[in-house]
Amino acid sequence: MSTETPEPNVVEPARDAAKSAGPTLADADFSADTREQTVSTSINNYVVKLRSGDLGALPAILGLVVLIALFWALRPETFLSKGNIANLMVQALPVTILAMGLVFILLLGEIDLSAGVASGACAAVMAKLLVDAGQNWVVAVLAAAVTGVVIGAVIGALVAIVRIPSFVVTLALFLGLQGIALKLIGEGGTVPVHDKVIYALANKYMPVWLGWTLALVCALGYAAIQLLRWQRQNAKGLSRRPLALILVQVALVAIALLGGAYVLNLNRARTPLAPFFGGVPWGVPLVAVLLIICTFVLSRTPYGRHVYAVGGNAEAARRAGINVTSIRMSVFMIGSVLAAISGIVAASRLNSVTPDAGAGNTLLYAVGAAVIGGTSLFGGKGKARDAILGGLVISIIDNGLGLLGAKAYANYLITGGFLLLAASIDALARRRRSATGR
Amino acid sequence: MSENGTPTLELVGINKSFGAVHVLHDIDFAVYPGQVSALVGDNGAGKSTLIKCIAGIHPTDSGRVLFDGRPVNIGSPRDAAALGIEIVYQDLALADNLDIAQNMFLGRERKKGIVLDEASMEQAARETLAKLSVRTVKSVRQQVASLSGGQRQTVAIAKAVLWESKVVILDEPTAALGVAQTRQVLDLVRRLAETGHGVVLISHNMNDVFEVADRITALYLGRVAADVKRSDVTHSQVVELITTGRSGDLGLAPSTAAESI
Repeated sequence: MSTETPEPNVVEPARDAAKSAGPTLADADFSADTREQTVSTSINNYVVKLRSGDLGALPAILGLVVLIALFWALRPETFLSKGNIANLMVQALPVTILAMGLVFILLLGEIDLSAGVASGACAAVMAKLLVDAGQNWVVAVLAAAVTGVVIGAVIGALVAIVRIPSFVVTLALFLGLQGIALKLIGEGGTVPVHDKVIYALANKYMPVWLGWTLALVCALGYAAIQLLRWQRQNAKGLSRRPLALILVQVALVAIALLGGAYVLNLNRARTPLAPFFGGVPWGVPLVAVLLIICTFVLSRTPYGRHVYAVGGNAEAARRAGINVTSIRMSVFMIGSVLAAISGIVAASRLNSVTPDAGAGNTLLYAVGAAVIGGTSLFGGKGKARDAILGGLVISIIDNGLGLLGAKAYANYLITGGFLLLAASIDALARRRRSATGR
Repeated sequence: MSENGTPTLELVGINKSFGAVHVLHDIDFAVYPGQVSALVGDNGAGKSTLIKCIAGIHPTDSGRVLFDGRPVNIGSPRDAAALGIEIVYQDLALADNLDIAQNMFLGRERKKGIVLDEASMEQAARETLAKLSVRTVKSVRQQVASLSGGQRQTVAIAKAVLWESKVVILDEPTAALGVAQTRQVLDLVRRLAETGHGVVLISHNMNDVFEVADRITALYLGRVAADVKRSDVTHSQVVELITTGRSGDLGLAPSTAAESI
């Protein structure tokens, strides 16, 4: 970017020029704003962006393509079978929701190591209310969410007000919350979850017509939002991307949505005589709603803007009058509420809650998902959709290794390695960004 | 102080102590619309403390603050902002991961309902930069991280101007800049004054001060050593005022100047 226009050496003429020409002189500039970018300059800009270390969703998409090709080649019969694709979606639900909560926390450059066990503890609260207290599912889910809010508020207060590093606070809660789950459920115990609504989340499928309608509504809604925004920007002469690129993007999203609906709506019944079995898992629209809400909050509201600002430069945010403490607290609360929802979906998938729910590699998978999706561990950079892309990558690894019959040790090694790889890409891209000043 | 018109901001007899340390002694200081007042002084002379008193970060112990001739009480940074006093800090208060328009409206975003009004913010950001004849940014949607030091300083200053501010205080705006970039920023400081702002320039660099300032106020050990027109003093006189508190018949009485804080 050539930014330095040579300045005249003499002061007075420069001042006079500025005075007499006034705004009109400057109107000649902001060239990138007032004209629509051409496709080629946009592509150029994108290449420059990539080279300067702003990778966006590229690593996740490449990872998806490579992994799908790899497992397809290794297990051609099973990996891309209709049944396994539906299974994969359900498998990805809890990790994706957990990762979406972590995106908020990572945006501030903080970490929540207790998010996994928090999801387990919230699920335990829900299961106890459903089974032992015989409560309605609404009450149980609300109680789990409130538990999430409380956990998040505790972490947030310790991090934002007491100023303990988040990694220490959440490491302590990582142990403490497992204790709470153990106390609630009892050593070696299992609480079965048979509530119809909760069970349906990960085990029941939407009617075919509803699945199609949902995909169509999402695709059309996305197209409408993108095109209307472009039209408004165009009318007002604001900075905007070329229409052609937006159309391509809209088309790709529509293909992904409708293609997904098509595959999931195929009949997965094992024998031709069996009744129709298929449809989109009920958890998928739940994730879609969460994605829309989180994306809206982060990119369209002042609150979201402030989250990015605090993650980018907390001191600048403070001087701009933003309440940094409450932003810090709030992200942990959002993270823990999403952890609670993730715990509920995980409970639905396993039909039960055990004391070690959410322990083990749950958190590692979720952090990995967010980072693979493109959220930076250093704060200030990330999107809600990163959780979806990264969650799919992580689930494909998990699922594919399962199909290969990989031993547990290999599974740990490979997943751990993948997380390290994603973190390395993040750190190197960041170095590149600061070196090239982006 | 004989000067044309009422000062936008006037400080009369400001005193400030931190515990036993008396940092500011009876400071009188005035900022006039359309003028650049340079505030000079050695490290520890009280420049930063004075600025923080104006910004509402430190409460003053005694003295009066007049804004447009009316006595006011600045108890917090919000009060200062509400009056139209904007401060551009030395270590630029910009978020690297946001773009120019987003930074300029940070903390005071325009809204439509609960949604950010991006269109009007983008337009206002561009208009403000255009008004200041900033010609070096291609797009207000550029990330601040991709800007040069001078451009960043420019954005920080433009941010202050956006708020219908009447007094803009610049803390060492050229400290970290190269020659061409210093040029850009000094031109911008002049333009700020030309658009009717009262500008306070804090600087160690005498060349900068003599180039853009209309008045020079020299602080020496928490006292105003001199408050003079630029045209009435020379370079070396100001340096003497900064280092010894007096220069010829200007400055503090020898007894006061010798007195330690």
